[in-house]
Amino acid sequence: MTTNLQFDFDVNKATKTVTIVREFDAELSLVWDAFTKAEIIDQWIAPAPYVAKTKYANFEVGGKRFYAMIGPDGQEKWAIQKYTSITPKTNFKMYNAFADKDENPEPTGSEWDHNFSEHNGITKVTITIFNESFERMERILEGFKLGFTASLKNLEDLLATLSKR
Amino acid sequence: MRRDIFQAIADPTRRAIIALIAIQAMTPNAIAENFNTTRQAVSKHLRILTECDLVKQQQQGREIYYSLEIEKMKEIDKWLDQFRKLWEARFNQLDKVLSTMKKQKK
Repeated sequence: MTTNLQFDFDVNKATKTVTIVREFDAELSLVWDAFTKAEIIDQWIAPAPYVAKTKYANFEVGGKRFYAMIGPDGQEKWAIQKYTSITPKTNFKMYNAFADKDENPEPTGSEWDHNFSEHNGITKVTITIFNESFERMERILEGFKLGFTASLKNLEDLLATLSKR
Repeated sequence: MRRDIFQAIADPTRRAIIALIAIQAMTPNAIAENFNTTRQAVSKHLRILTECDLVKQQQQGREIYYSLEIEKMKEIDKWLDQFRKLWEARFNQLDKVLSTMKKQKK
């Protein structure tokens, strides 16, 4: 079945809130598992060629997932997600913060709210990220080196400036 | 230190200043006239916006005019677009994972 699956990505700069909406061609229970079971999360959360590795996870209120995104060069970037609220197959909330490899979190992180609903076999997931910061977002991008094109552009500009001299 | 651009835009007065100077370059006094606040408060907002490279200053005679760096605002949107791409990539992978899960279930 090919339907147009919804995908919205919106950043409210004023309230530092990121909202992501995506539909999946799968029943709710599968999508719920894909977002809450560490062994499945690890299969999709890191954009290739990066891989995700969960060291341990405990999906319950007060439980945590301690994981790393690993680059092709083997460099590991660790983070901790602490589950703060769970309503099975409907909603879960977590607090996400960067950490070091010894599980020491950074003082500030962001709050994530996930909502799930199913309609005609299509499952809609709405993710709202509160208190996100430009700096943390930049580090995520740098982590995945997607900022590479921007750097190239800077280099281009620099070369253009230099050649004018 | 690099300023957080969200921080720059998070303040309602700073957003109003951005809207004002997007139309025309203005002096701090002219900007302050639009707000129920002190000239010092406006100067502080302008300083933060300048540190984020969102506004630029131009000396004209004895007056300093502030105007919006429209390219910088566009840059932010472009930068945010990379985030959209990151999530797109993730979700495309999740589509594949879900389709495998569906087959295994059958």
